[in-house]
Amino acid sequence: MRVAVLLKAVPDLVEELVLDEESGSLQYDEMSYVPSEWDDQALEEALILKEESGAQVTAIAVSTGDVDTMLFTALAKGADHVVKITGDFDASMSNWQQARVLSDYVREQDFDMVLSGVQAIDDVDGQIPGLVAGFLNWPHASVVTEVRMGGDSKVLLRQEYSGGLVAEIEVESPVVIGVQAARKPPRYASVAKVRQVAKSVAIEEVSAGAPAGPAFADIQFVRPVAAGRAEMIEGDVDAVADRIVQILADHNLLRRA
Amino acid sequence: MGPILIVTESTASGITDSTKECVGKAKELAKVLGTSTVALGFGPGAVDRLRRLDVNKVIAAEDGEFAVYNPAVCENALVQVVAETAPFLTMIPNTTMGLDLGAGLAGRNNIPLIAYCSDLQEQDGKITAVSQVFAGKLLARVPVPGDGAIVTVLPGSWPTGEETGDPVVETISGDYSSRMRVIRVIEPEKGDVDITKADILVSVGRGIESPDNLPLADELAEAMGGVVSCSRPVVDAGWLPKARQVGKSGQTVKPKLYLACGISGAPEHLQGMRDADLIIAVNTDEEASIMEAAHFGTTVDMLDLMPALAERLRGG
Amino acid sequence: MQKAKAIELEIAVVDGVELNGTWNRMFEPRVISEYDLSVLEEITNIPGAESLGYCYQCGKCTAVCPVDSVGDYSPRKIFRRTQLGISLLDSPDLWLCTTCRNCLRVCPKEVNMIDIMPAVREQAVLEGKAPAELLTAFENTARYGNPIGESARKRADWTKTAGVPVPVMSQKKAPVDVLWFVECYPAYHPRGKEASAALARIFAALGVDFGILGTEEKCAGDSQRMAGERGLFEMLAEHNIKMLSKYRFNEIVVTDPHAYNAFLHEYPKLGGEWPVRHYTQFLAEKLAGVNFVKGIKKRITFHDPCYLGRHNGEYEAPRSLLRALPDVELVEMGHCKQTSYCCGGGGGGMWLDGFTRDYASERLSERRVKEAVEYGAEILAVSCPYEVPRFEDAVKSTGHDGQIQVMDIAELMAYCMGLNEGLAIS
Repeated sequence: MRVAVLLKAVPDLVEELVLDEESGSLQYDEMSYVPSEWDDQALEEALILKEESGAQVTAIAVSTGDVDTMLFTALAKGADHVVKITGDFDASMSNWQQARVLSDYVREQDFDMVLSGVQAIDDVDGQIPGLVAGFLNWPHASVVTEVRMGGDSKVLLRQEYSGGLVAEIEVESPVVIGVQAARKPPRYASVAKVRQVAKSVAIEEVSAGAPAGPAFADIQFVRPVAAGRAEMIEGDVDAVADRIVQILADHNLLRRA
Repeated sequence: MGPILIVTESTASGITDSTKECVGKAKELAKVLGTSTVALGFGPGAVDRLRRLDVNKVIAAEDGEFAVYNPAVCENALVQVVAETAPFLTMIPNTTMGLDLGAGLAGRNNIPLIAYCSDLQEQDGKITAVSQVFAGKLLARVPVPGDGAIVTVLPGSWPTGEETGDPVVETISGDYSSRMRVIRVIEPEKGDVDITKADILVSVGRGIESPDNLPLADELAEAMGGVVSCSRPVVDAGWLPKARQVGKSGQTVKPKLYLACGISGAPEHLQGMRDADLIIAVNTDEEASIMEAAHFGTTVDMLDLMPALAERLRGG
Repeated sequence: MQKAKAIELEIAVVDGVELNGTWNRMFEPRVISEYDLSVLEEITNIPGAESLGYCYQCGKCTAVCPVDSVGDYSPRKIFRRTQLGISLLDSPDLWLCTTCRNCLRVCPKEVNMIDIMPAVREQAVLEGKAPAELLTAFENTARYGNPIGESARKRADWTKTAGVPVPVMSQKKAPVDVLWFVECYPAYHPRGKEASAALARIFAALGVDFGILGTEEKCAGDSQRMAGERGLFEMLAEHNIKMLSKYRFNEIVVTDPHAYNAFLHEYPKLGGEWPVRHYTQFLAEKLAGVNFVKGIKKRITFHDPCYLGRHNGEYEAPRSLLRALPDVELVEMGHCKQTSYCCGGGGGGMWLDGFTRDYASERLSERRVKEAVEYGAEILAVSCPYEVPRFEDAVKSTGHDGQIQVMDIAELMAYCMGLNEGLAIS
């Protein structure tokens, strides 16, 4: 069983999102990036799968910036192999374009399963796993919280719906899975181990051609009205309670019968 | 211009609010764009569920393979419906179903996808989608291309449409089978709550004063459809289990509403909840640091406010 | 194993002394332990953890271990449990030690928890056995240079509230006398920032020629090292040494005793050797030139930070500062100086509060606050950035709000110098 895990870096929300307010464009060069947290979950589930049934795990990232540390960390955690897809790419590369590049690579390889984070914070144009599945024309399930091997090269999934409903799904590989959460919290790779891996193991680099154009030409970003300090609700208990009910109604948070 | 297609979603209690919101918005847009609306529904009883929707046409896929929701089977059906109806917009609630079908359809039919949409605005016959990105820190304004797009819509984006329509009803059948099979659907277990999964948290701190006051918080949470969480001192005092604790040494939560009652807002606490969509703080000290993180604040006594609020929410 | 049997000799002469009689009754060399020692050996084979095997279970450590006073834990117990086959790698005991060094002070066999803990913890981290909240602190430190997970770009933002210029070395472009290594909690925690602002004003008033690294500074990393992430510590140390090496200064002054420990003992091993002093040592020497304009009519007690006191032997400097404050009555608690208690934050304890709670009847900080109140103190003075948040929280949780205040010595000193009008001493 060969498992591909697709990883990507997203802008770090702990730091400022750098926005040119006038043009509404993000200054991708000036932001710092972190691995997408859902991708961490996907990698963890793949590594659990490896421990359970000897799957071979390949972590893949498109070189939209410095993705080496992310890939070395994947190796330190237990991935068997890491691949960096290089080309004329930068941090502004859309999901749509990344999914194209990734699906082109996956198609040429002999993977039985592709795992990736079900979503990412920087999505405007959708989710990598769904797009990759669509481009490959493979079956796909999102919001998955468990991946196991069944018999006869079948894969068993748990998919979650709102309200806590869960479906058990069986699918013949190959398949693409959007992981919401791994069965266990993502493991920790100690700094010493990551540094040692970085010195002793090489990242396989695969070059790709120019990606397809983005799906949208002109996306403008704006900041929502800033919250700042709390707006104080004045009045006695009854007045405050009435106002809070109104606020809940405005935010669509009133429970509907 | 092609129609606006809404992929509907149902639960045991009927069509979801998010679906009805899409229907209402679709009707409004179709009117100004001079096009029609089509609703697609899956599963047994889909015809009956969709028959009163305020759309021009309903397409229902009811047969065997649709007995339970199967992402791959529904995607196959949707791909075919889209090929045949050539919609300008395909609207799908941004739930598990939306995450399954939206991106899958986009990839297979090569249609641009706009995810996490919270609004669709029309001007001079052109549509702009507003999308919540970067965990709500930015809004993206995306011009919908002339050839149309797929939008997955965040629940709560618009008012729900009315069910007063009389659409043409069509059922489809065919081979939509897939290598994917749903073995069974499991109801959620009733156990202690997972506060990280709750949309609404009523969170109590030292201001609760005594465990005897906890029922006030329980009743309010119940009336709001949320659960009770707390800050560290409440767990330290043994009044609530550790699983309910928000903060550095507890859970990190991102609910839609965080109602902080009697919580001063130590940095260690703020670390666990500052990303909540809406924060309302109840604290007699207007200078408490929770007010820095909150959107709304009040200094009335939480022990008076909680029952007053619960009463209103139950009554309404 | 064979049971030992008694032997008696008719004539026994030992070193020329005749020992005939009942007293020459002795046993054959006896089996004194019938334990499988493989688990103990597994631990003592870890480089750094050898001395755990020296324990002869006298129990002196148990009497002085702060963690044992609120739970069931001490070095002797660790030895005994390991001897009985409970691996320290899997035991919660591994994460309870705050590396306060009180056991080593009294241990006749020099069982050295200060070496054992980081060594065994490092192994546990590698095996994926460390508590999740600790790993979060590690990840934050690796990513942002601080364990709190605050923006690395905002590390110098506190300087805006100082009210005096705080030169950042990269902009100053000139040598300074004092390179002030601020550290994380003083740069980010709201109460830490207040103490940093106070210290900046003191430096300015005393005409100290100083500068900070600003965003070029990262956590000194000593507590991460003690908590089992040596690789992370080395990465941080390499970074800080590289940054410090860019500038010319005569000495480093640190706010944080943990950083003091790192600069004194660990950074030189990695090529970063500079004279370093804790801020209380630096200011104590300058006391003669300090102009106090106000007094504090309060009973003040002082909590010795483990890493300034027991680890590095400095007990006098902070006290000399407190004694110099006009009107102050300095009282000593029962546990003070060498026998000082611990706030619970050291050795990674700062990031293990959730974990520790399950194994302790109360937090060490709460125990300490109660002691300060018992001695009638109205102000608990501290000189380690971990302590203000820990003790302030403990003041509230033990119900002593309004009865005792927690203040950094820098805050108190700035107040008496008329530099801290905002400080409310009630």
